[in-house]
Amino acid sequence: MLNKNLYLILIISLVFAISFWIGFNVNLLPAEASINAPIYDELFKILFIIGLIIFIGMTIAVIYSLFKFRKRNDQIGDGIALEGNLSLEIVWTIIPSIIVLLIGLYSYNIYDRMGGMKELNHNHEMMSSNTEKIWAGISQTSDNEIAINNLSIEVSAMQFAFLFNYPKGNFISGELHVPVDQKVSMKMESKDVIHAFWVPEFRIKQDIIPGQPTILNFTPTKVGKYPIICAELCGPYHGGMRASIIVEEESDYNEWFNKNKKPEVNL
Amino acid sequence: MTTLDSSKEIQKNNSEVNETHEDFRMFGLITFLIADGMTFAGFFAAYLTYKAVNPLPDGAIYELELPIPTLNTILLLVSSATFHKAGKALLKDKNSDSQKWLFFTAFLGIIFLICQLFEYFHLPFGLTDNLFASTFFALTGFHGLHVTLGTLMILIISWQSRINGGRLTSQNMFPLEAVELYWHFVDGIWVVLFIILYLL
Amino acid sequence: MTISIDPQKTNNESLQPKGWLRYFSFSLDHKVIGIQYLVCGFLFYLIGGTLASAIRIELASPMSDFMPRDVYNQVLTLHGTIMIFLWIVPVVNGAFGNYLIPFYVGARDMAFPRLNAVAFWLIPPSGLMLVASYFVEGAAQAGWTAYPPLSITTPQSGQIIWILSVLLLGGSSIFGGINFIATIIKLRRPGLKLMQLPMYCWAMLGTSLLVVLSTPVLAGTLILLSFDIIANTGFFNPVLGGNVVVYQHLFWFYSHPAVYIMVLPAFGLVSEILPVHARKPLFGYTTMVFSIMGIVVLGLVVWAHHMFTSGTPPWMRLFFTIATAFIAVPTGIKFFNWVATLWGGKISINSAILFSCGFIINFVFGGITGVALAQVPFDIHVHDTYFVVAHFHYIVYGGTVFIIFSSIYHWFPKVTGKMLNEKLGILHFIITFIGFNLCFAPQHWLGLNGMPRRVAEYDPQFQFVNQISSLGALLMAISTIPFLINVFLSVRNGQNAGDNPWNALTPEWLTSSPPPVENWEGEAPLVEEPYGYGKEISEQK
Ligand code: HEA
Ligand code: HEA
Ligand code: CUA
Ligand SMILES: [Cu+2]
Repeated sequence: MLNKNLYLILIISLVFAISFWIGFNVNLLPAEASINAPIYDELFKILFIIGLIIFIGMTIAVIYSLFKFRKRNDQIGDGIALEGNLSLEIVWTIIPSIIVLLIGLYSYNIYDRMGGMKELNHNHEMMSSNTEKIWAGISQTSDNEIAINNLSIEVSAMQFAFLFNYPKGNFISGELHVPVDQKVSMKMESKDVIHAFWVPEFRIKQDIIPGQPTILNFTPTKVGKYPIICAELCGPYHGGMRASIIVEEESDYNEWFNKNKKPEVNL
Repeated sequence: MTTLDSSKEIQKNNSEVNETHEDFRMFGLITFLIADGMTFAGFFAAYLTYKAVNPLPDGAIYELELPIPTLNTILLLVSSATFHKAGKALLKDKNSDSQKWLFFTAFLGIIFLICQLFEYFHLPFGLTDNLFASTFFALTGFHGLHVTLGTLMILIISWQSRINGGRLTSQNMFPLEAVELYWHFVDGIWVVLFIILYLL
Repeated sequence: MTISIDPQKTNNESLQPKGWLRYFSFSLDHKVIGIQYLVCGFLFYLIGGTLASAIRIELASPMSDFMPRDVYNQVLTLHGTIMIFLWIVPVVNGAFGNYLIPFYVGARDMAFPRLNAVAFWLIPPSGLMLVASYFVEGAAQAGWTAYPPLSITTPQSGQIIWILSVLLLGGSSIFGGINFIATIIKLRRPGLKLMQLPMYCWAMLGTSLLVVLSTPVLAGTLILLSFDIIANTGFFNPVLGGNVVVYQHLFWFYSHPAVYIMVLPAFGLVSEILPVHARKPLFGYTTMVFSIMGIVVLGLVVWAHHMFTSGTPPWMRLFFTIATAFIAVPTGIKFFNWVATLWGGKISINSAILFSCGFIINFVFGGITGVALAQVPFDIHVHDTYFVVAHFHYIVYGGTVFIIFSSIYHWFPKVTGKMLNEKLGILHFIITFIGFNLCFAPQHWLGLNGMPRRVAEYDPQFQFVNQISSLGALLMAISTIPFLINVFLSVRNGQNAGDNPWNALTPEWLTSSPPPVENWEGEAPLVEEPYGYGKEISEQK
């Protein structure tokens, strides 16, 4: 009996060890290039490890019983008539409940750190008139920050392109240029069908829904060129609906901005 | 209704089983009505969501008058009562009374439909004018379809309850009970619809 | 207990064609209808699989070169729709439900045989219509989710035919659901208690509840969508003031429960197969029943996890995260119980048990990625990517399809009286298992690293991994060959099975194989312990 328990403990710790090792050493994610990304990857790591433990554990249990309890040629008759075991049932109800609850709380915490739980106040005067209703994208930050932010960009998505309007400079670009380490606030609108704005390296995605202008904020942290991908089926050329986001040093950004800036048009 | 008919066969052949099992055709019908009710629930949910998040644009007309729908509500409620009378009469083997009540019920149903059509033609908006107009027509239209079907079925069973040779007798109440349940259901939906669409 | 049920005589029995021809005609016999569902579903599986192969060929190179882009969208829409509505749902519900439920409740047929036949015969025409729409003006091309406004703006005829056939298939499913509920609750053999029913009955009861409660909402939604397309109303058309997110809510109110409609019956089937081949009672019968009902209830309130990026309010995201993740608890109970069923048994290693164990492994994997997807911050990154594609193929293919094969190996002797060839069966399992994992495991990585779903062209850096995936798909296609050979050979000259080759205790095995028209020659047996393996007394006769 003691021996059996010892084996069990040994196997369980082995499963844990393997899972932790894989979890910490195998990287399945692209580069981290926004302040969201490391937070996301933290969650990913935890989910990955827990998932591996459960998966490896279950797989071992299934394969082991197939080997151990397979019917030998000389055997006849049935297995033991065991119909259940209440304490076991309670254990494997409670443990997953706790895991699931902890994961839920943890991901709530992560989401909060990403700024997801802040309701967007619909009345503030930002880029829109008072009457227009604006939806809050995921990874929202607080209103005040948006209001004082001068890096606001208007994104319009259409079949099959993104256009980036820089109201301060009064020009439209097909590429999104942003300075590194500054909060960018975008108001996204769609002209026709649903599109989605996705930058894998930033770990953010937001649907751009016609009729629902949506605010999305992010802060890039790494200079480089990253793809912007439309992630919502929007027609035949959905796969080709891509753009680039170019994160550059502030000086480079200003240079680019001033080059493209157009003089204010008289109304 | 398919549900009513399809079990008849097994019903006949399975008289033995039938004595030990209670009638499961009614059960099937109730399940069907729950499903049907969910369709309405989906429509109601959509309507209420629209109301909450999609305010009418300026200048859109969506005004409903109360008199006709109120009359219609009364019509349907009365018709539920008359249907009940028909059932009672049949139970006492008064087939001709039963038939009269059924005819009266169907008559009320037809009046309801006429009133509804009248309302449709006198509304200040059309199907595609705005979101609420569309939802209004979808909901009342779908309900009207149910009333139409119900009225037809009432006419059929009133034919079946004729004195000689009719299938509907106090021994075979099922068709009447089934249609009655359906009719009450359509009634109930109307009351909900009336409250949500006209009163809220 | 002896309560006699007289053999009923079906009036038109004499009018029915004999032999295999009866499978092509309007029949009221639940066994015939079950086989009709299965064969019809399998044919559609071949069509859906052919479309999947086309998808994988296209994706073997990063360019859109194998077919035009809009055809690609049509192909993936048809693939998703056919696989779900014409293969999985009709087979795990219709085919096995019709074949087994009357046996399990000790009846001679379903509660409403005619409704049953009608439900089946709605399927072939609507399926054919769907496939044919490709040749008319192009099939629907807005994905199986048909999100407006895309579905409103793409060519209309294809979309309308899609709506029509999904409506018919939904109707078929509702009729089937009503029939199952009535049969299980009302048509039980006298003396048979609910808690003595084989687990598949409970699974079907739960599934049918979901069907009855959620499918009508889909029907309503699609009717509104068709108005938008034909009559120019604006329910889901933002240009006319409509709201596209309302569509998504209504659609997923059906389509999330639909995933449990696809998997709960499979759970039921495993619960029948494992005890027989492990020679042990099903572990934890009562908790299994409660967990099915728990999944049904939870399944109805988690739909918005498909819409985490669609602008739903934060509190809603939070609620749906917790509710969704909690489904892991009742599901987990079932999986632990199955492993406990295997534990300490005398397991015969055959194709049926291998496919069942493959199911357990694959499904746990898919379930775990599902729980990860349920976490809002996690889902934000991978929503609408190949990670999701991988998640659900692990469940629908690695889970449900594996169980369909397992069930075919298990019940083939019942249906035909012949055994399937075990060697070919195990070969089938090995190729399928390897091909399946080769095809879908790499897709997780693709999704995480930036490949969106529903694209015909992609970033060339993903080419190699996509080719591995396509290779896996090729293996899966090849794996169908030993299976088909096996079935054809065995039907003709397979080894005779006898009435009960597995020595099983569930009621369908207590009659001859293949069973007589009225299921039992005499009265239906009263099976009080369908899982009474290993017990001294065997009160079943
Ligand atoms: C049969 C089909 C099926 C089944 C059963 C499931 C089961 C689950 N699904 Fe899946 N899902 C789909 C089919 C299915 N899914 C499809 C088709 C889509 C894509 C639709 C589309 O957009 O086209 C999808 C998409 C999808 C999404 C949306 C992703 C996105 O688009 O962004 C999410 C998010 O929450 C999700 C979650 C889950 C969860 C939590 C379960 C759970 O039920 C899983 C529970 C099971 C387990 C967890 C394993 C066993 C449990 C244990 C061993 C206990 C211990 C475990 C823990 C403590 C974690 N699924
Ligand atoms: C429900 C069940 C189900 C099943 C069983 C499958 C099975 C398969 N699916 Fe399926 N798939 C879906 C449901 C399913 N799928 C859904 C719902 C979608 C989403 C659609 C959407 O986005 O709208 C999807 C999307 C989807 C995609 C993503 C497309 C995209 O987003 O761009 C891919 C890509 O690899 C894919 C691949 C496969 C493969 C390789 C199989 C294989 O397992 C298939 C194996 C079977 C065969 C290969 C058949 C073998 C037979 C032959 C080849 C014989 C030839 C025939 C004759 C001679 C007549 N599927
Ligand atoms: Cu835009 Cu996809
Ligand atoms: Cu879901």
